[in-house]
Amino acid sequence: MKCQRCDKRATFHITELTGANGHKEIHLCEVCISSYLHDPASNKATSGTIQNVGPQAFKMAQTAEELAELDQKCCPVCGMAFYEFRQAGRLGCPHDYVCFERELEPLLGSIHGKTRHTGKTPRLGRVTTEAQTQLIRLRREMHEAVQCEDYERAGRLRDQIRRLEEQC
Amino acid sequence: MLQQLAGRCGPWLVGDGPESDIVVSTRIRLARNLAQFPFVRRCSPQDRAAIEKTIRDRFQNVEQLRQLIYIDVDELSDVDRQFLMERQLISRELAEGTGQRGVAIDPDERFSVMVNEEDHLRIQVMASGLNPQVAWEQINAIDDLIGQQVVYAFHRRLGYLTACPTNVGTGMRVSIMIHLPAMVMTEEIQRVFRSFQKMGLAVRGLYGEGTQPRGDFYQISNQITLGRSEKELIDQVVEVARVCIQWERRAREALLRSNDKSVQDAISRAYAILQTTHTISSEETMELLSRVRMGVSLGLIEDVPITVLNKLFIHTQPAHLQKIRGIRLDTSDRNVERASYLKEHLAKQR
Repeated sequence: MKCQRCDKRATFHITELTGANGHKEIHLCEVCISSYLHDPASNKATSGTIQNVGPQAFKMAQTAEELAELDQKCCPVCGMAFYEFRQAGRLGCPHDYVCFERELEPLLGSIHGKTRHTGKTPRLGRVTTEAQTQLIRLRREMHEAVQCEDYERAGRLRDQIRRLEEQC
Repeated sequence: MLQQLAGRCGPWLVGDGPESDIVVSTRIRLARNLAQFPFVRRCSPQDRAAIEKTIRDRFQNVEQLRQLIYIDVDELSDVDRQFLMERQLISRELAEGTGQRGVAIDPDERFSVMVNEEDHLRIQVMASGLNPQVAWEQINAIDDLIGQQVVYAFHRRLGYLTACPTNVGTGMRVSIMIHLPAMVMTEEIQRVFRSFQKMGLAVRGLYGEGTQPRGDFYQISNQITLGRSEKELIDQVVEVARVCIQWERRAREALLRSNDKSVQDAISRAYAILQTTHTISSEETMELLSRVRMGVSLGLIEDVPITVLNKLFIHTQPAHLQKIRGIRLDTSDRNVERASYLKEHLAKQR
């Protein structure tokens, strides 16, 4: 990962809490860390955190058109557009990792160096099933139906959710 | 419940763990999400309430989790939220967030589970001193207990799925809180930072602010969470912590050996001010307690144990003072109250 203030390799990774809006990640090289630590006023000027992830992090989109197209891509489960992830630095639901798999791969590689989990697994070996993913989608649709005052549809969705919840 | 907590301190602050003259605590947290809900940022208020209900209901099924005390953070006053944060039971993000959220606290304060923070669950365990093995065994067991009750969002290749890609994989952050006053005094602290080179480690202040570590406390933690096992990640942080401990010890010995009396003087003055002041800010208190803590480790001050100092670091924080005294105080009243609290507790030791 590159330093946010120059082109050297970033060797210091700082998570700075920014109040109600969460936190921001700061990545600096050994030269820039010194000025960062000794000049708190300059910290505010630090840009390029995991929020506002730049196109360079996504090797898929090299041109403005490609990026614009990628930004429009939406998760069918939670409805989040890729653009929103780039803005907030947070994903919308577990399925985003599947839906945006190819786009996230280079970012994960630059953050972690590797892209394959080698740690523990859930004790009962229970992993996300199709039914659980569907529940996220159905809950969103029910919420939307209520907001549109389509109570008939909301009611049908609620029954569907209850049936699925019993299976999970 | 909070009032009961106020007067005492968590076992991680007792200072009986390994290397506790330098290492205050070892904290491990795991980020977990339920597979059937969107991540917190994208939750509707109904989703957040349903997540909280699911967790609270499922915890009732397990003996060890049933005894946890659940606190609805959204219902708390500002002082109470800050109190839990000062005590390291909740994060700043949970304290300052909005919407339905809470924390389940072990009555002995060995661990807590935050609900609806950035992830649905943030499980954290605290241990006194450099004690990664104990902390890991405990959190791993709690994680397994919860994992039997709910289905975690887990991907075969990417591991535990989290709202932020910086936590994916193990979802684990191990933080070692280390007290480095001698290295700050001898200006060798830059060596600590250099030691993080190529290691993917982060350094933060006591409450995670990162930029201005107060009271010479630093937190060393892993930045990478994917592609290495929990053990590998813990070992790496511990290895760096051990190097820091060694350097700090050497810096302390060098300070003691030198003919320069300024260190002894700084320590004695700090101790004297804490015992006689009539008004003092929390920043100055941290700074002076830090010197006294080093004085105790160096054997220059013999009448106050590390436990008392560790406790004073937390109990003189703004929300703690107000909870302990049972009244709301503005800044200037707090400074007076803090001075009297310090005097009381340091005098008790003599």
